[in-house]
Amino acid sequence: MTTPFLHGAHAAVADTPITKVSIIVSKGSLEGIYPALILANGARMEGIEANVFFTFFGMDAINKARHDHIKVATVGNPGLHLATWLGGFPGMSSLVTAQMSKSMEKLDIPPIPEFIEMIADSGAKLYACKASVEMFDLERKDFIDQVDSIITVGDFYQMAGGGQIIFT
Amino acid sequence: MPVLTAVARTPEGFLENVGDWDKELALELAVESGIPTLTDRHWLVVDYMRTTFLAKGDGPTIRTLGKESGVAIKELYLLFPKGPAKLAAKIAGIPKPHGCI
Repeated sequence: MTTPFLHGAHAAVADTPITKVSIIVSKGSLEGIYPALILANGARMEGIEANVFFTFFGMDAINKARHDHIKVATVGNPGLHLATWLGGFPGMSSLVTAQMSKSMEKLDIPPIPEFIEMIADSGAKLYACKASVEMFDLERKDFIDQVDSIITVGDFYQMAGGGQIIFT
Repeated sequence: MPVLTAVARTPEGFLENVGDWDKELALELAVESGIPTLTDRHWLVVDYMRTTFLAKGDGPTIRTLGKESGVAIKELYLLFPKGPAKLAAKIAGIPKPHGCI
């Protein structure tokens, strides 16, 4: 006998519910950042405590100068089913990003800056990775106000204690 | 007047029938969800959820809720700490929101 696929209000409820998640965002492309934001927002919507730790190029999502210019990677992205030479055409990344943003707007998924603000307002805590900040020669003032602080990997593990860690 | 124990509910506690709902029931659902009293601000959100569902067939996303209910996201989470869209939907007697946002 096969188990029926359960969804929505009738999904099975686990015995030990998740009460806290710490999500790592390591990639700077649009498709690299959104899943983490959807997970963080979704956690808060379920009443789950959420931390979001931005590292490496993932920090673009909280970088004042960059978070409004995040693009889909059109080269080396097999999921797009686009020939590599075509993906490298000038403007291709912007075009695909614009199309995807349109589809997301239809689903009421906000643009990255608004989404991050929503997530911060929901009570999730945002952090930048100290090693990456030093490596890219950045400072606190380069990040949006919603960022709580710049922390070490050790701080991250301490903060994540007792919860689940999700790497994206 | 319906009482909570007499109405059909999903395993997660949402009302099976939107029509079973009234304001007394909303108060009972709120208490059960850890919200001892419903203030005017709670009612603003609950009424908005219910009106939206009755008009469109689904509850609003958290983004729309924050923009259009008259209560911003920060306050939504203060009013409904265990998840505004989900809890306000439950208290409003409408099904659990289907979307991921």
